[in-house]
Amino acid sequence: MRKVLFGAVAALAFAAAPAVMGAEEEIHLPKQEWSFNGVLGKFDKQQVQRGFQVYKEVCSACHSVQYLAFRNLQDLGYSEAQVKTLAATYEVQDGPDENGDMFKRKAKASDHIPKPFANDQAARAANGGSLPPDLSLMTKAREGGPDYVYNLLLGYEENPPAGVTLMPGMNYNKYFPGHQIAMAKQIQDGLLEFADGSPNDAAHIAKDVTAFLHWVAEPKLEARHDTGVRVILYTLLFTILAYIAKRQIWSRIEH
Amino acid sequence: MANTAHVHAAAPAGETRRDFLLYATTGVAAVGGAMMVWPLIHSMNPAADTLSLSTTEFSVAGIPEGSRIIVVWRGSPVFVAHRTAAEIEAARKVNVSELRDQEKDEVRVQKPEYLIVSGVCTHLGCIPLGVKATDPKGDFGGWFCPCHGSQYDTSGRIRLGPAPKNLAVPPYKFTGDTVLIG
Amino acid sequence: MSTEKTRLQRIFEWHEARLPLVSFVDHAVGTKYPAPKNLNYFWNFGFLAGFMLMTMIMTGLFLAMNYTANVNMAFDSVERIMRDVNFGWLIRYMHFNGASFFFIVVYIHVFRGLYYGSYKSPREVLWWIGVIIMIVMMATAFMGYVLPWGQMSFWGATVITNLFSVIPVVGKMITTLLWGGFSVDNPLLNRFFALHFLLPFVILGLVFLHIWALHIPGSNNPLGIDVAPGDKIPFHPYYTAKDAFGLGVFLLAYFTMVFWFPNALGDPVNYVKANPLVTPASIVPEWYLLPFYAMVRSIPNAVIGVAAMFGSLLVLFAVPWLDTSRIRSATFRPIYKILFWVLLANMVMLGWCGAQHPEGLPLVLSRIGTFWYFFHMFILLPVVGWIETPKPLPASINTPALKPAE
Repeated sequence: MRKVLFGAVAALAFAAAPAVMGAEEEIHLPKQEWSFNGVLGKFDKQQVQRGFQVYKEVCSACHSVQYLAFRNLQDLGYSEAQVKTLAATYEVQDGPDENGDMFKRKAKASDHIPKPFANDQAARAANGGSLPPDLSLMTKAREGGPDYVYNLLLGYEENPPAGVTLMPGMNYNKYFPGHQIAMAKQIQDGLLEFADGSPNDAAHIAKDVTAFLHWVAEPKLEARHDTGVRVILYTLLFTILAYIAKRQIWSRIEH
Repeated sequence: MANTAHVHAAAPAGETRRDFLLYATTGVAAVGGAMMVWPLIHSMNPAADTLSLSTTEFSVAGIPEGSRIIVVWRGSPVFVAHRTAAEIEAARKVNVSELRDQEKDEVRVQKPEYLIVSGVCTHLGCIPLGVKATDPKGDFGGWFCPCHGSQYDTSGRIRLGPAPKNLAVPPYKFTGDTVLIG
Repeated sequence: MSTEKTRLQRIFEWHEARLPLVSFVDHAVGTKYPAPKNLNYFWNFGFLAGFMLMTMIMTGLFLAMNYTANVNMAFDSVERIMRDVNFGWLIRYMHFNGASFFFIVVYIHVFRGLYYGSYKSPREVLWWIGVIIMIVMMATAFMGYVLPWGQMSFWGATVITNLFSVIPVVGKMITTLLWGGFSVDNPLLNRFFALHFLLPFVILGLVFLHIWALHIPGSNNPLGIDVAPGDKIPFHPYYTAKDAFGLGVFLLAYFTMVFWFPNALGDPVNYVKANPLVTPASIVPEWYLLPFYAMVRSIPNAVIGVAAMFGSLLVLFAVPWLDTSRIRSATFRPIYKILFWVLLANMVMLGWCGAQHPEGLPLVLSRIGTFWYFFHMFILLPVVGWIETPKPLPASINTPALKPAE
């Protein structure tokens, strides 16, 4: 890993950064070890919890995770009471009440995590015209998946290579298509203290938040792997039986 | 067998083994197919987001004595009545043994002045009238179902008409003036 | 053994006399359908195609119960299926990957027909219905891909519906009619959903015709020669058993994709909600349409390009007559056998080209590939049929040919 560079919190300014580079070049993404890869891959719940902390304290200033509801956090090992308490620290709009007015109330476990901006226009206005994309599906919506998100977060260069002129408000990133990204470098060593005291250098922070984002994008991954193993074993049994039965039946004739 | 031209004479022992194999294979296939049906059927059951919306919170502070409101719980109406002393008395002096669905008013309320019952007629699911002041309330001062004329009393119990059961009491709890249903 | 009939038997016979359902199935795919005894594993793919059709209809039905065909809600409703609906993730991934596996199976089925000459007399109508099924499948798959209303859904729909606009005179009318407006929007999503639900049942009806047409001449076989009745065996239990084993192998591959690589065959961009103001960096259809997409882009003239794309499918109807050889199986046709593999490689190459930007090498290759496809169909097929000296045919599927077939 290149030590010089430390990346930004997940955000890929999809609509915002124009691809200046004309010819497409192959960008090589260094592959990472993920606990959720493999036949029986599972999320590291502690890691995903830490990633949620990163999202909450850093990313959520600009990025929404619109498909994530507070109740989903119970899958990470938080208790129902913890989730309710957490939800109650947020306010959501509800209404109309009997007077026809919209009102604010404390969020419930069934509510989705509120977005930082009321709408896309407000988000653009607050971010120099760039729209910070929703992160709920980010690890599935980009070529390279979690490896891309992780590398992008760490892939900033303070000084772009010779011959590259950055557009105003843009930042140079090795892994972003076109290399000019509206999001500035966010993730630094010691950016935050993890509640469980885990290492908080930039690489660890990026890894944890990426794991969190992959959990948000694919919350049924563990069920998928578990079910898959059962289904494959059962199908294998059927296939073997069917093969023996077929041989038996065909042994009756010359062929 | 339709065509036996190429069939070898099989020994009886082989026959039995073959039969077992066929039954085993067919059985595994049939069970596998059935197991695949379950996810399809189960997808029709309430989804996680639907289940998470199963509580409703509201305050009884704003309901004047003698009036009734509707709150929505799980997509269906719940009647909340702030009963007058006369209404409570009417509900309590009824001889329970004469009722179709025998329940004392005391077991149907947590605070006597507030009756909280499902707003769905136990006959065929219509919404009985009686919430608005101008609604017909039936002969027993409770609710009147316009579909088939079922009449409920001030405790939401069935008194006349085709409905078999009293209006159901949903699970709820008071915290001060605030009620949490579900 | 007693000749006395049980009550159950008599009820069964009473019913069969009035509606012979069991007998119908028995004649279709049971003990009363005699099939050549030398069918190889490539003959499994017809059954597998039928299996995938049923899988798609079943999973699709339950997806439809949770899907909302509205531009503001479609994407969210798919995410709700993936997150909140019980087993929704499984049903959607089975449906999504099922489309690819349906095409894999059908394409192998089609190329099997091309290799063994299953389109030749007396099976021309059987072949026609098969071609119609494949075309309707493509339309159905394309419309299904639009439904999640992701970026590729939207832009795929835009590009493909715009193809029709190049048709002289009526082109613009056709696109306006498809859109129900001035661009791809809610009316299109609604009608595509309606059609995507309907067309599988049209395919199901066509499959019945396909099987009916199959039963008139009976199955072709790897040697392509007519089979004596004594060389046939009942479909059940021989081919049901063989199909069951083939199904097991197929399911292992299908389930591996569904449970471990569910998004490998999809485009990541389709996990971004449709945005009519931003076009993705490259618009590519799903892999099974890539060869045809390469053809349309290989030709600079839009009208001819579209004509080539549709023509590449329509020409299949004429293949029974374009191929002038009376020998069915490529086993006995040394030159055609080479051409077959070249054609297959050509389709794979076109598929690769379809996924690239239409410039440089991919553009050159897709032009060569498109030319070769039509050259094969219109020139090579008839000419090779005339000039080729086939190997000697065996007298029956039991006797080996004079020279052993390789």
